[in-house]
Amino acid sequence: MTNGVNKTFLEKMQAIDRRVIFLFIGLAVALPLLFHVVFTEKITPIVGAIYDRVENLPEGSKVLISFDYSPSTVPEIQPMVDAVLRHCAARKVKIYIMGLWATGQNIADETISRVLKPEFPAYQYGEDYVNLGYKSGNQGLINVILTDLKKMYTTDVHGTAIDSIPMMAPIRNLRNFDLILSFGGGFPGMKEWVLFAGDPGRIPVAGGVTAVSAPQLYPYYPSQLLGLMGGIKGAAEYESEVIRHYSRFENSSHPGIDMMGPQAVAHIVIILFIVVGNVAYFLTRRREAEND
Amino acid sequence: MTEQTVERRAIWYLLGFLAVVLAFVLSMALKGFTQQGFYVTLGAFLTLSILSFLYKDNIFYKMAEHLFVGVSAAYWMVMGFWSVMVPNLIGKIHPPAVKPFMPAIASQPASYWYLIPAVLGIMLLWRLMPKGAWIARWALAFIVGTTAGLNFIRYMASDLLGQINSSMVPLVVIQNGSLDIMTTISNLVLFLGVFCGLIYFFFSKEHKGVFGVGSKIGIWILMVTFGAGFGYTVMARISLLVGRFRFLFDDWLGLLK
Repeated sequence: MTNGVNKTFLEKMQAIDRRVIFLFIGLAVALPLLFHVVFTEKITPIVGAIYDRVENLPEGSKVLISFDYSPSTVPEIQPMVDAVLRHCAARKVKIYIMGLWATGQNIADETISRVLKPEFPAYQYGEDYVNLGYKSGNQGLINVILTDLKKMYTTDVHGTAIDSIPMMAPIRNLRNFDLILSFGGGFPGMKEWVLFAGDPGRIPVAGGVTAVSAPQLYPYYPSQLLGLMGGIKGAAEYESEVIRHYSRFENSSHPGIDMMGPQAVAHIVIILFIVVGNVAYFLTRRREAEND
Repeated sequence: MTEQTVERRAIWYLLGFLAVVLAFVLSMALKGFTQQGFYVTLGAFLTLSILSFLYKDNIFYKMAEHLFVGVSAAYWMVMGFWSVMVPNLIGKIHPPAVKPFMPAIASQPASYWYLIPAVLGIMLLWRLMPKGAWIARWALAFIVGTTAGLNFIRYMASDLLGQINSSMVPLVVIQNGSLDIMTTISNLVLFLGVFCGLIYFFFSKEHKGVFGVGSKIGIWILMVTFGAGFGYTVMARISLLVGRFRFLFDDWLGLLK
């Protein structure tokens, strides 16, 4: 009788309704968010390499930031972009914004309005930052602007002629940039920047990608890729490093750090489910072997 | 399905619809009936509609999904027209034509080379015509040919030669006259991983003896790689869920500090 009850319990553990798992994951995410569970983040070398490069850029250096993502990956990518943008502006570098994804253009506009304009009012459009907008062509576009940027970009996102924008005067092609930062998680994205700009042009390429894409890009580090922020963990590391060095950003939003609490708790719940499922499976198998 | 069941289902649908409308109006009222409030409420409603699929497929999920597909397609089309077709095609072939929208480029000299991509574009669209769909193949062949050629060179240089170059690392690293243990271990793992991984995919010799051991290590390394990849995927999915919950709790309900 006892054996029968145990067997039923083990079987149940192996066939938990997926909705029960969803409920646990939902609670594991919601509760740490509501009770503001956060952890301290320590920067890893692969993220630190990007931070150090930006930190050591002389004032007036030219950094190209490519918005290669859509709203579906904003929760993962946007914290990285915000942190890097704040860091770049704090270092007083010239920021050139573009996008290989059509959706990137509006996200870039929103980011400028939310981060650059209110937090860095001294930053002037056309002098300190410019938004070149979206152009189609994927890797073909990168291939063209590697040698001639103005062939593809005749105007900025507002329709202003490129030649009338002061900070565009020293730019002829991608080789004129001190650093290229790509943020995305699909095609076209960082891989295309490495293959079609970084490697042939010997231009430092770095940035951040969704966690799903990160394993495909690790092989390029460190010889072909300067650094990489993989998923929300990379964003949290960069945010914490920026806050550590620039105390004025302590009160700015840091969604990467905030999201790591629920992330960690959800991972623990998933691990527990995997352990319970496996223990139940092996105990059932042993019982069956004993009965045979 | 009996008539009674159909009636009962219709009542449930009606009640569900009324509940949604009521919740929507209540949410709007909490946000003070502002435009921003409407957008946030609509966003919350669509988020909950998509999340409802976790329980089971339903009409709200289907509606949100169809809306997403339609809006995305329209967005890309409009963006493509205004950021590419207007400045990079019409603006190049006949600049005065774009003067009302982009006066900055209207004074530039015309470049008739852009007639070639214009013709290729028209040829590509020809497949929608009832006759002569084969014309599209020429434009498609051009796209396939140039893309393949472009990718071939770059993938060969960066993915093949570049990766081989990156894998050739010293197995013993001496720095400032002493052994750099961590880098040495890292390089040894890299070497072992690449070497055993290649052995696993070498099928011209039976995987036995020393070769078999190398192959086994290779499959273990592949498993660890897949595991790491899966772990990253889990992190990505949880991040998206956290992002949506943050939106619901903060932007919509204002529960977060």
